Amino acid sequence: MKFVWFNLQPWPHLPDNFREDYRSVWVDIPSRLFDPELAHEVYNTYLDQLEFADQLGYDGIGCNEHHQNGYGLMPSPNLIAAALSRRTSNAAICVIGNSIVGYNPPTRVAEEFAMLDCISGGRLIAGFPVGTPMDTNFCLGQIPALTREKYAESHELIIRAWTEPDPFAFDGRYTQLRHVNIWPRPVQQPRPPVFIPGGGSIETWDFCLDHDYNYSYLSFGGYKAGKSLLDGYWDRRAERGDRDDNPYRASFAQIIAVADTDQEAERLYAEHILYFFNNCLHVFPGFADPPGYRTLKTLKAGKLSQLRKETMELFSRLTWSDLIESGAVIAGSPDTVAEQMEDLARELRVGTVFCLMHTGNMPDWKTRYSTQLFAEKVMPRLQSIWSDHDPSEWWCSPMEERRTNDAASVDAARRPVDPVTVGDGLEGVL
Amino acid sequence: MNGATIATITTRRGIEATVHVRGTAGSPVVWLHGAGGPLPREPLLDALAERHVVYSPEWPGYGVQETETELHDMLDFALHGLDLIDALELGEAPHVIGHSMGGMIASEMLALNPSAGASLTLIGAAGLWIDEHPVPDLFSMVPFELAETLFVDAAAGEKILTAGLDFSDDQALIGFMVGNARRMGTAGKILFPIPNRGLAGRLYRITCPTLLAWGRQDRMFPPVYGERFQQLLSSTEAELVVIDDAGHMLPYERPEAVSAAVTSFIGR
Repeated sequence: MKFVWFNLQPWPHLPDNFREDYRSVWVDIPSRLFDPELAHEVYNTYLDQLEFADQLGYDGIGCNEHHQNGYGLMPSPNLIAAALSRRTSNAAICVIGNSIVGYNPPTRVAEEFAMLDCISGGRLIAGFPVGTPMDTNFCLGQIPALTREKYAESHELIIRAWTEPDPFAFDGRYTQLRHVNIWPRPVQQPRPPVFIPGGGSIETWDFCLDHDYNYSYLSFGGYKAGKSLLDGYWDRRAERGDRDDNPYRASFAQIIAVADTDQEAERLYAEHILYFFNNCLHVFPGFADPPGYRTLKTLKAGKLSQLRKETMELFSRLTWSDLIESGAVIAGSPDTVAEQMEDLARELRVGTVFCLMHTGNMPDWKTRYSTQLFAEKVMPRLQSIWSDHDPSEWWCSPMEERRTNDAASVDAARRPVDPVTVGDGLEGVL
Repeated sequence: MNGATIATITTRRGIEATVHVRGTAGSPVVWLHGAGGPLPREPLLDALAERHVVYSPEWPGYGVQETETELHDMLDFALHGLDLIDALELGEAPHVIGHSMGGMIASEMLALNPSAGASLTLIGAAGLWIDEHPVPDLFSMVPFELAETLFVDAAAGEKILTAGLDFSDDQALIGFMVGNARRMGTAGKILFPIPNRGLAGRLYRITCPTLLAWGRQDRMFPPVYGERFQQLLSSTEAELVVIDDAGHMLPYERPEAVSAAVTSFIGR
């Protein structure tokens, strides 16, 4: 299995009464809740954690793109990826991904991803989301009913820009370029591996299968809720007569928190994960579904009760046991977590897991504690689950000889790395 | 009662459209509906049909034909509108009336071809943007907010918009949302994210007599938008009539007052 350490990079200082006092964490969240000087600390802490995950042996480290969002501070994931490319040397750099509909022209994505692939020595994994309506339509101003058509055209342009050896002209409806000839080119040939973060539409599954891309179901609902989506993907594959059931064709995001015992996990992490569910996940429904964004078929199957006035005025408060029982969160001792992670892998048939190890306003030391326990006591028990399948088509292929500028080697020159110090600070709490 | 007969026409481009026809005698009127689409009751059209033959075609995305994929941008909509008038084979230029989005398209049509209409009436028309009076974001509204924005009397408005559908019933709400996704998805091609596709720079081309009718309490495009249209229509003397106790949906809220203004204008 492949493990990607992933963090949405939330703003950890939302007020307790955020849901009652503000209508949305996304799009029109008040700017006065943001403090740039605090953000200096927040960003650098998150970058440190991603580098720490590389040192601990996570297969990948990941970032994604959100705009005007209180729980996702990465409008430009490529900036984060660039910093990580310099300060790490082993982990795949998973940019999941760039909202390609919003880049003008989309060759910008082909160029920046090629730069990242060069700097990182071929460690890039490239994600191409259609993007949420909040980002793509309301923040980036793209027309809902034309979003999918523009996405398809942008995708075609980027792949051609990467793979065609000679300059070409591109006469699209949304982008016209007389001379497409990106410089630099990606290390990984013919192209870096592509992951498609998507929901559960047949169109998305077919798109992934048509191009042999990784289908990445990234949600916060957890593995029990995610099963029907992954089943749908694998069934669709079978329906199409595609016999390749390699689990590395799919990936899944899961909130995970590890401690010595199940009780300790609740004591350490509950308040921070509940901050995420009860404060951060508060999106005004009008931003979630502009007419024309969803296909009609998806809409007909949808649950619309959230659009009612009376429902919107109710603020249900989730509890820790709600999150554990629903599978939204896998938390507990290394045994508990390993057992549920194995269920996740086998039930969903996924080769790659995006491990959301930092959630909500979890402080740095707790994040590192959980991250390290997972790397040392859980990952080794899961790594061989899919050992009879070859991941290489859906994973990066780094250059064998590449420079190491990573934090570990730079730090090693300064002071010895002592993994024991990571747990410091726990004594007073436990 | 809806006294309309239904006809199907096909434009030269090959797009089929349903047309509601009211009235039997008098000069032709072409009514271009707004983003909300034709509603089950059209009291203004019934009133106008006493003196005119009123043709109201459905825009792509609003009828049974799934033709909305043919239209992408403002020019597509405007040319399709002109094609519809051609396909009606009226033998004379009709009086063109457009409400809201329909007014935006009607303006574009007559800017492209100033002789396509005998006159132009814009009712609460879209198409302009004034920084000091930002238009509410129709596309991020949840259903219960729509009526509050569009009508003076929200409760009455909701009944008009939904034809009495009960939003507490899931199937009714899903049905409404699916229809709304087609209608507003199509409208979004020219109205999202800002309902301005450069019309201000083209209004000078309109030369036919023009009437502007606005609801005094229009919360989408307040009457200041009517005034802006009046200024920008520099090649014709446009008259602005502001109607009391009416919001953006004035054809449905004050049909008799709108009908009186239109009839008097056309009859001149």
